[in-house]
Amino acid sequence: MKRKKKNLNFHIGLVISGIMLLMILVGLFYTPYNPEAMDSTLKNAGISLAHPFGCDNFGRDILSRIMVGSRTTVIVGLATVVIGTFFGIIIGAFTGYFGGLADEILMRIMDALLAFPSILLALVIIGLFNPSTWNLIMALGIAFIPSFARIVRSEFLKCKNMDYVTAAKLNGAGDLRVMFVHILPNTIKVLSSSILIGFNNAVLAEAGMSFLGIGVMPPDPSLGRMMSEAQSYIFSNPGFAIFPGVVLILIILGISLIGSYLE
Amino acid sequence: MKRKLFKLFSVVVLATLTIALTACSGDKETASSSSITIGIPQDMEDSLDPTKAVAAGTKEIYFNIYEGLLKPDENGNLNPAIASEYSVSEDGLTYTFTLREGVKFHDGTEVTAEDVVYSLNKCADAGMVSAFSNVTDISVTEDGKVVITLEKPDVDFNTALASVNASIIPASNKDPDHTGIGTGPYKYVSRSPQENFILESFDDYWGEKAKIKHITLAVVANTDTIVMNLNSGAIDMLARVTSAQADQLNDNYEIYEGTMNLVQALYLNNGVEPFNDVRVRQALCYAVDKDKILEFVSDGHGSKIGSSMFPSFGKYYVEDLNNYYTRDLDKAKELLKEAGYENGLTFTITVPSNYTQHVDTAQVIVEQLKEIGVNAEISLIEWDSWLSDVYSGRNFQSTVIGVDASTLCANALLSRFESTAHNNFTNFSSEDYDAAFAKANAETDDELRTQYYKDCEAILTKEAANVYIQDIAELVALNKKYAGYTFYPLYVQDFSKLYIVE
Repeated sequence: MKRKKKNLNFHIGLVISGIMLLMILVGLFYTPYNPEAMDSTLKNAGISLAHPFGCDNFGRDILSRIMVGSRTTVIVGLATVVIGTFFGIIIGAFTGYFGGLADEILMRIMDALLAFPSILLALVIIGLFNPSTWNLIMALGIAFIPSFARIVRSEFLKCKNMDYVTAAKLNGAGDLRVMFVHILPNTIKVLSSSILIGFNNAVLAEAGMSFLGIGVMPPDPSLGRMMSEAQSYIFSNPGFAIFPGVVLILIILGISLIGSYLE
Repeated sequence: MKRKLFKLFSVVVLATLTIALTACSGDKETASSSSITIGIPQDMEDSLDPTKAVAAGTKEIYFNIYEGLLKPDENGNLNPAIASEYSVSEDGLTYTFTLREGVKFHDGTEVTAEDVVYSLNKCADAGMVSAFSNVTDISVTEDGKVVITLEKPDVDFNTALASVNASIIPASNKDPDHTGIGTGPYKYVSRSPQENFILESFDDYWGEKAKIKHITLAVVANTDTIVMNLNSGAIDMLARVTSAQADQLNDNYEIYEGTMNLVQALYLNNGVEPFNDVRVRQALCYAVDKDKILEFVSDGHGSKIGSSMFPSFGKYYVEDLNNYYTRDLDKAKELLKEAGYENGLTFTITVPSNYTQHVDTAQVIVEQLKEIGVNAEISLIEWDSWLSDVYSGRNFQSTVIGVDASTLCANALLSRFESTAHNNFTNFSSEDYDAAFAKANAETDDELRTQYYKDCEAILTKEAANVYIQDIAELVALNKKYAGYTFYPLYVQDFSKLYIVE
């Protein structure tokens, strides 16, 4: 029974994520309108057949902007997770496998980074450089490294004394081979669900940073950026805020449902 | 037991309701028809002593309570107030003021020359008006005139005398911080912190008396509740509503439209590539469509400008400059080609992220510049970073911002374009301009001076110092029961001109 419910969740998650992915992929080649083209006659225009989600305060088509904006949001989320996982695996693997002084030093640095809320850390990094999409990815990526490093490290600690590792060593495998060919694949299960959670957090972080005006720069759309711009029109043009918000929720919901199944 | 408690409770509730209700109806009876409640965005925390007032939001209210020797009017003129007339010596160093007869303070005493000397000295000590650092002596002559002596000539010194900080207050007032006594059309009654500030019209005012007897200034700190406060009738007037808020108001309100007295422009750093080339600057001027910007950013409100001067400075404003550059994409491309940017051009617009209006303007500009192959990128930064990097550090390519005038003189807007000016953040440098500006400042004849200032403005336009856009609209919501809201070319609110519509 429980299994069945979990399966259903997984399928719902797959369907939602599939639709979102499809929308983003279509947005790569086709959007109903140029997402940056302004039209003063369509300022805050409501929902219509021509503009199913209405238009924003510059008369730009909201659907087209969501298609492009969710791509930006997802790319930032993905890139953040890739950076976080990559460096997290390297740091976690070495510290977990070798231990010793390097482990102590690196993990204390990670602890210090973890002590900051990740958004605050990203804010500081953005403050040091100029806000732009690339710096946002870098900032969020750095902020996400420690959590991945900790997970990978604990998995490596657990695995490094297991029989299959000893067997591989006896067969003459070098340290690097043992780490990345033998142990790493065994951490995938734990790692994959934390990657999914991490992706969701990164998507939310991007939206939050852009909402604060320090993430994606206008006129480029992103879901957070759109919601930020919609603030003053929340009563006069509610669709402007609601549609990007709903899309953001759907992206996160889909991934969460898949993630909970994997756990 | 429970029953008893309930009974007690109902009695308490009923009693409270009765008191509340009677209080309500009582309010209605005593509030004569001549009263108004005006929303203010922040509490008035400053001292009641006008010479110490800091916040712009305080000074704009004090304008109704206190007056200086001179007083600005809505057309940008300086009129004699507490002084009835004044003269300036030939060398421009001595100002002699004749006091108006019979001007009374709110406490009923008459204004004397001693009060004037006391107040102006207090103002000089407080250091809020920079022009006063130039004053060497303030004295009274035998026939009761007040003489102010300057160290070096300053033709705009009279504008400093019209500022709220240079208001005249009685020397007899032992506690000016907490007892507000002035000469203005309204007198201070009371205040409750974070709640309100109450004024009453002054019956012995020397000039045109105020028409509404009681004014309650209610603190409306939360911007989200502004629309609700107005629609429910809790406040009758609010200055500086946004056009989005104005759209949500009901039919009881009239929206008065004026301007914020800002020169909003795409300010270009004339000292760096590519804007050190006049042709590139001109190309941008030809490519930007001001009408469209106004339409997008403020629903068509606001007034276009063509140089560093706004319409409310009527005397100095040259309307023709607005249309010096009409949108002409071919000409813009041609100019870019001449400058060597035929394959396009990329630059950054740095905008402070807290000013939605400037960010929106930048977005429209980016879109318009695409049409001549110019790729502008927006970089949003914090206000503090903007001040340090862009304004003080001059480390930027271009920025969208509004520049205001601190006093009622053309100098306040034009002095920053002199090539050596400390606040010349756009690094504008033109020998013609420096010469014209120096000529204007050396001239004592007002008409010629004005002409020279106009020449300065024309140079700014022709040299395309910046891409001038607009003076942003200021919208004021006023209940239709009232009328008479008047805009000033300065940051003040004049309540004395409000009246009740029958």
